[in-house]
Amino acid sequence: MAASQTSDAFVEFDRVQKSYDGETLVVKDLNLTMPKGEFLTMLGPSGSGKTTCLMMLAGFETATHGDIRLGGKSINNIPPHKRGIGMVFQNYALFPHMTIEENLSFPLEVRNIGKSDREAKVKRALEMVEMGNFGKRRPAQLSGGQQQRIALARALVFEPELVLMDEPLGALDKQLREKMQFEITNLAHSLGITVVYVTHDQTEALTMSDRVAVFDDGVIQQLDTPDKLYEEPMNSFVAQFIGENNTLEGVVKEIRNGVALVQLDDGELIDCNPVNVSKAGERTRVSIRPERVEFNKARLQEGAHTLKAEVLEFIYMGDIFRTRLRVAGNDEFVVKTRNAPDQKRLQPGEHIEIGWLPEDCRALDA
Amino acid sequence: MSDATANQSLTTADGIPLKAALARAEARARRRAFLLVLPLLAFILITFVTPIAQMLHQSVYNEGFTMHTDVITGERTPIMTNVKEWFDENPVGTEPDEEAYAALAEDIRKLREVRAAGSAGTRINYERSGTRSMFTKANRSITGLEPPYKEAFIELDEEWGAPDLWQVMRDASTPYTVNFYLAAIDLKKSPDGGFEGVPDNRKVYVNLFQRTLFLSVLITFLTFVLGYPIAHLLATLPLRQSNLLMILVLLPFWTSLLVRTTSWIVLLQSEGVLNDALVGAGLLGDENRLPMMYNQIGTVVAMTHILLPFMVLPLYSVMRPINPSYVRAARSLGATSWTAFWRIYFPQTIPGIGAGALLVFILSVGYYITPALVGGSSGQLISNLIAFHMQNSLNWSLAAALAALLLGGVLILYWLYDRLVGIDNLKLG
Repeated sequence: MAASQTSDAFVEFDRVQKSYDGETLVVKDLNLTMPKGEFLTMLGPSGSGKTTCLMMLAGFETATHGDIRLGGKSINNIPPHKRGIGMVFQNYALFPHMTIEENLSFPLEVRNIGKSDREAKVKRALEMVEMGNFGKRRPAQLSGGQQQRIALARALVFEPELVLMDEPLGALDKQLREKMQFEITNLAHSLGITVVYVTHDQTEALTMSDRVAVFDDGVIQQLDTPDKLYEEPMNSFVAQFIGENNTLEGVVKEIRNGVALVQLDDGELIDCNPVNVSKAGERTRVSIRPERVEFNKARLQEGAHTLKAEVLEFIYMGDIFRTRLRVAGNDEFVVKTRNAPDQKRLQPGEHIEIGWLPEDCRALDA
Repeated sequence: MSDATANQSLTTADGIPLKAALARAEARARRRAFLLVLPLLAFILITFVTPIAQMLHQSVYNEGFTMHTDVITGERTPIMTNVKEWFDENPVGTEPDEEAYAALAEDIRKLREVRAAGSAGTRINYERSGTRSMFTKANRSITGLEPPYKEAFIELDEEWGAPDLWQVMRDASTPYTVNFYLAAIDLKKSPDGGFEGVPDNRKVYVNLFQRTLFLSVLITFLTFVLGYPIAHLLATLPLRQSNLLMILVLLPFWTSLLVRTTSWIVLLQSEGVLNDALVGAGLLGDENRLPMMYNQIGTVVAMTHILLPFMVLPLYSVMRPINPSYVRAARSLGATSWTAFWRIYFPQTIPGIGAGALLVFILSVGYYITPALVGGSSGQLISNLIAFHMQNSLNWSLAAALAALLLGGVLILYWLYDRLVGIDNLKLG
């Protein structure tokens, strides 16, 4: 790779905008920098602009404004076949009239690689995805998972430095999907390739990626490592979109020593971590993860604010218990507790008091 | 089924063999299915299979010289029986003797009686022109004819002594013959019983078959060249535009064939729109107007236009479901747009090309009305000659033989296509 200005800018989106109709922006002012070897996932609901970003990077869509750089060089005017980017498509796009071997050999043929070299590389790629015996078959004779592996092998066989994946696991059943998630990340890390992965499945994003870019409305809402994204969502969209989340609405009473006192709509007061509220009087949406809610008073800090709650429903889920409560007028307040021997099983109708650590309770934008 | 072992036949719970039970259970459904298709089956038998069988029979069977059917009473009378007897007694190549001519005279009296001299003469005339008038003349003069008949006949017309005439009559005296097939490929029987080509100035059919074949291939190729981009456009445009374009493709399909053909006459004739425009623009001298109508050009242009939808529609139906991600995948894997088209897109459209080509080719091989209207003399196809023999020369057997050869040719092509591409790959829509 040619020396770029900074070692950690392999893929760069610089103020990129995209519009299809000249009236609305699908991607609004996108800035993104990816170091080499990173596994980055673009996560977001459909229509959020993530696939458009991927298509611009692959060269199938042109950016309306801004620069996309690969290895420090602008690729805006480079046609897709000269970008040298491997791509795995949602429906795999394996060529139906070719055998698996011919499919894999295709990118090598168009690069004028000699026959013996080609055969060796195809063989290696097939073995890499554990499909060594399937070379003579046609795509239609393979199962979804097998096709998925072949699509992956085809995107990797010409040794690209960057591989794009557009919801590649969407068509697989849950078990296979989890297995493939694991295999894809392993493969990506062992080969040291840079991966941009698009999905709308947040579990997939959290388990596979080094960093996740959460898209909504054409804007990256938050770009962070999975743990930060889950534990420290920067706004209520991210908090809602990633994982399960309880929200309570209220008004900031005061902010002191890095702790915000929030008065909920039914009048009760709680302590929160002010994330994007800055002054008293602002409306806020408070976010608490279900597993951070505590109803065992002994485990709460002294002087912590507690709220009254009524148990509405208790669901036994095996490894965890999911309890639905009515808290501050919200009927959808969920608490998750581990199925431990000493864990209390709440009964519907029971009245309890709940609390949490102030740093787990994040006051976000309303 | 605990008692049923592997080689024992299975039975139902009350002991009926399973196969019989299955047949009985399904018989009702099968009977009903058969009754449902029965009308269609009958329709096809009556309107399609029977006429084709009759045509094929007609091509090898002609009783014009053995049997007379009265047009009014429908009464059937055997004719030319005495000559037939003489032919049976004497081997091929025997010089006709007095006995033969006496038999001929007897038969012509019989022809006069049932008024069949014309039709019998016509049958011989098919294979030896100028003969019909000899029969009608003999028919008129038979009452005054006296033995020795040989001299009498030859005095009537010298041709009655020609050995090839007797050869033709010998052939025609049995109704089954391959002579019409021979005629259809410009051959005839030589007097010694072998085959020989007809004189060069009478060779028509082989040439015409060749021309039909050549023009059909050309038209198929032209519809492919024109239709492929249209079908691709139809398949890739957004739905609203592609629907509009589809209407444009289908619009000529919905207008009368005659209207479409005659509008080509308006456009292409020497005083037509195109020539006028060229002359008007000064590109062409008034005396050098291009001959584009009433010749092969007219036939090719008009038929290409008329048959275009038959190419576009199967291609479209194959192209529509091809996911654009195949070409994208090829591009992302490093293929230029041409390679992506040629190696990835094009192979997936082959079933449509096969279907369209087969459809257009088979239709154009048998096309009749357009060449008849715009073909002039150089643009006529074999079907026009078949029609001529059906309607004008009334030589139905020859028409049938020509049609049967055409049918055979198409079937061979179909078989070839099946061997090369596979008929199950055919996609018509």
